Amino acid sequence: MDFELMINSFPKLLNAAVITLKLLSVSLIVGLFIGLLFAILRLNKNVFINKFAYGYSYVFRGTPLLVQIFIIYFGLGQIEYLRSTFLWVILKEPYWCAIIAFALNTGAYTSEILRSAFQTIKPGIIEAGQSLGISSKIIFYKIQIPIAIRQSLPAYGNEIILMMKGTSLASTVTIMDLTGVAKYIISTTFKPIEVFIVAGGIYLFMTFIIHNLIKFLEKKYSFN
Amino acid sequence: MELLAFGDTGWGDELFRATLMTIAVSITAMLIGFSFAAIFTPLKLSKFKSLNLIANIYTTVIRGVPELLVIYLFFFGGSGAIMFVASMFGYNEYIEINAFVTGSFAIGIISGAYSTEVFRGAIQSIDKGQFEAAKVLGFSKFKQFYKIILPQMLRLAIPNLSNVWQITLKDTSLISVTGLVEIMRQSYIAAGSTRDPLFFYSFAAVLYLLLTFLSMKLINKLEVKYSRGY
Repeated sequence: MDFELMINSFPKLLNAAVITLKLLSVSLIVGLFIGLLFAILRLNKNVFINKFAYGYSYVFRGTPLLVQIFIIYFGLGQIEYLRSTFLWVILKEPYWCAIIAFALNTGAYTSEILRSAFQTIKPGIIEAGQSLGISSKIIFYKIQIPIAIRQSLPAYGNEIILMMKGTSLASTVTIMDLTGVAKYIISTTFKPIEVFIVAGGIYLFMTFIIHNLIKFLEKKYSFN
Repeated sequence: MELLAFGDTGWGDELFRATLMTIAVSITAMLIGFSFAAIFTPLKLSKFKSLNLIANIYTTVIRGVPELLVIYLFFFGGSGAIMFVASMFGYNEYIEINAFVTGSFAIGIISGAYSTEVFRGAIQSIDKGQFEAAKVLGFSKFKQFYKIILPQMLRLAIPNLSNVWQITLKDTSLISVTGLVEIMRQSYIAAGSTRDPLFFYSFAAVLYLLLTFLSMKLINKLEVKYSRGY
């Protein structure tokens, strides 16, 4: 055991963890909006809209995140037309490509979580709102959405942790996130176990915090 | 389309072989995962706190750390560890482990952590009366497990195991960083030499979709088979 290396690499890895957290939080926020949008589309009665939303979540859940990042980062740059639009400003940055891929990926999972949460809302609750003369728009925003969010908290907590692990793939497109820096230190010092313990410990600590945060929210918003 | 031709002109046969490699790694990793689950599930369900702790450390660490980091640990640390063991037996030559073994092991350990949780959940949701009835009828411990607990456990575990399979299948794409030529690595090589990444990565996505789709069909059949009588 090379404890000196562990102590020396800790601040570097901690700095890199900030990038991991940035990637995670931006993609989660964007992904939540995408997920909510597609969950609503899934509940639409129009077959085409509904199938489109299903197709989106099927494709993004059925393929590895690594493929998605590579298509966006290496693939889209190949289209000449895109290079001439303002989108190129975003797509030439690995950081934004990674965030787009993460957001679309977590959006697909989130849409499934929210959809099943919407579907488990008892019809009686909505009927109660209707019989009180509340407009369907307000029923949706003030009754259905809060209940769905509460219902989906445990599953969404898992999704946050999975996404945090997913951000490690950013290192494959040259971003120096926690895994990227860990890999760099391993390949220069050839001490994989020491670096794994420190980097893994930081990841576990973040998992621990997220896990407890979700537990706290679950308790706070529980029906009892 | 000619990019996908078989033979020297296209990448069809290479990609086909890479797909078989992905399937082979996934199945090997899944089986390695099952052997880990076979060790750690009893530890999780054991009465002894210290055994529970060991199993909990395994599942928590593996499920809380990114797959890629675990793969790097095995990729850079694997041959070192083997060489260390070999040197204790007096063998000091350089040993290189093949990428297939490293990759399957890394993914297998990850898949094992998920499988352990699935089996634990399945066993815990079997009615207590079943265990008692088996005991009362005088079945040996071995028979109790193989004839009564295992079939019921499988029925409950299969839907969740199909999730584990999907995760494992998708995780194998990460082994491409170690140089093993599976779908992702082959697409990377093809994309590099033809300068057409969009096509090859999209094709890789289609291959993965096909694999997940077909395996779902297969698993659904298994599910029907194991839930006869329910």
